[in-house]
Amino acid sequence: MGVPERLTVALRTQDDVVVLRQRVREQAVALCFSLLDQTKIVTAASELGRNAVAYAGGGEAMIEPSLNSGRVGLALTVTDHGPGIPNVEDAMRPGFTTGGGLGLGLSGTRRLVHEFDLRSEVGRGTIVRILRWK
Amino acid sequence: MTSNPSVTPIPLVRAGYEGILAMWIAVQKRSATARPDLISDADLARQCSEVLSMLLEGLASGSMDVSSPGWEGMRATLRGISLSRGRLGFGPSETALFILSLKEPLFGSLQELDPSSRIDAILELNHVIDRLGLLTSEVYQQGREEVSMRQQQEMLELSTPVVKLWDGMLALPLIGTLDSERTQVVMESLLQAIVETGSTIAIIDITGVPTVDTKVAQHLIQTVSAARLMGADCLISGIRPQIAQTIIHLGITLPDVVTKATLADAFVAALDRLGQRVVSTGATSTGR
Ligand SMILES: Nc1ncnc2c1ncn2[C@@H]1O[C@H](COP(=O)(O)OP(=O)(O)O)[C@@H](O)[C@H]1O
Ligand SMILES: [Mg+2]
Repeated sequence: MGVPERLTVALRTQDDVVVLRQRVREQAVALCFSLLDQTKIVTAASELGRNAVAYAGGGEAMIEPSLNSGRVGLALTVTDHGPGIPNVEDAMRPGFTTGGGLGLGLSGTRRLVHEFDLRSEVGRGTIVRILRWK
Repeated sequence: MTSNPSVTPIPLVRAGYEGILAMWIAVQKRSATARPDLISDADLARQCSEVLSMLLEGLASGSMDVSSPGWEGMRATLRGISLSRGRLGFGPSETALFILSLKEPLFGSLQELDPSSRIDAILELNHVIDRLGLLTSEVYQQGREEVSMRQQQEMLELSTPVVKLWDGMLALPLIGTLDSERTQVVMESLLQAIVETGSTIAIIDITGVPTVDTKVAQHLIQTVSAARLMGADCLISGIRPQIAQTIIHLGITLPDVVTKATLADAFVAALDRLGQRVVSTGATSTGR
């Protein structure tokens, strides 16, 4: 596998989330992430991908290696044009769910990565960008 | 359990050849994925017996690595079967499932092994059969630009059998991702097996589950509670260190579930719960 490039994965169904996990893992392997770091970023990707499919009817994920200032990382941006999140503070609280889940996806994802940026506008959609350094 | 070579399953498989073959054919005929429209009974029986003979040949080579020379015969047979099935109109997952469905009759033939040998044999054979299943799909994918990981994934997801490890004890080696529909199927077959066998302990092995996110964890928790309602306690094995750490970061707690590093450890713990123990008597221990 050569130098990883930016790539996008369309997210419509659960199967696409499987593909997203595989792509993220491939990129993490290409960047020589440790097994633990691979698992963390793949799991985080899975959470965000599932949310886009479950709550926004789908979206798109962009996977991007980050090679700034001598540091190596992997960034992932998941964008959807769904209903948006009315109260981000609520959504980020462990245990909060409107979908009968464990409500640990967003709060857990934040703990699995080094950078976490969530923007959401009701009626327009949600963008979550995460980054994990090696 | 032990790193010594265990009692080999080969004699049992050889002795049980006819029975395994008959059961394998029967399993396929009654499965939802049977395709009598595509393949005649006679051809199906012939393919089954070819694969089973090659399995014995491969096992007899002493290597469990299906890419090693001893398995050349098997690889050639699978290539042939994949090509001919492809021409008949079978999809890649159907052909892979054909191979994976050998697990049930094969594992069933190992009842006579002592417990620790049986679990070693099941784990090894499980791995071998999975590899063989993947080989068949590689034949389809040769020449294709995009290797469809998704197809492989789906196929593996369909392969999970509930294995009766011991009287009163079931194992559920999960492979692949665990999405909602899949969990439903897995849960139902586990609950059904619990009732049918009157088992009081079930080991859910997640060695083959690549990612445990909050949804998968929720499915596991649901399965454990459903099993408990049916009167069986669950042990979860095969949680790799990196997955354990990730689960903790997510803030997930698996309530009241005993976890063990390996299926073999879980087996010993489960036997203990049943009030039994694995002892080496020396007399029955062979192949050391
Ligand atoms: N992309 C999204 N669009 C709209 N709502 C979302 C999105 N992602 C998360 N949410 C909301 O945030 C809640 C919490 O999400 P999460 O922490 O992943 O837990 P869970 O998915 O288990 O409910 C969800 O139940 C949902 O209400
Ligand atoms: Mg979620």
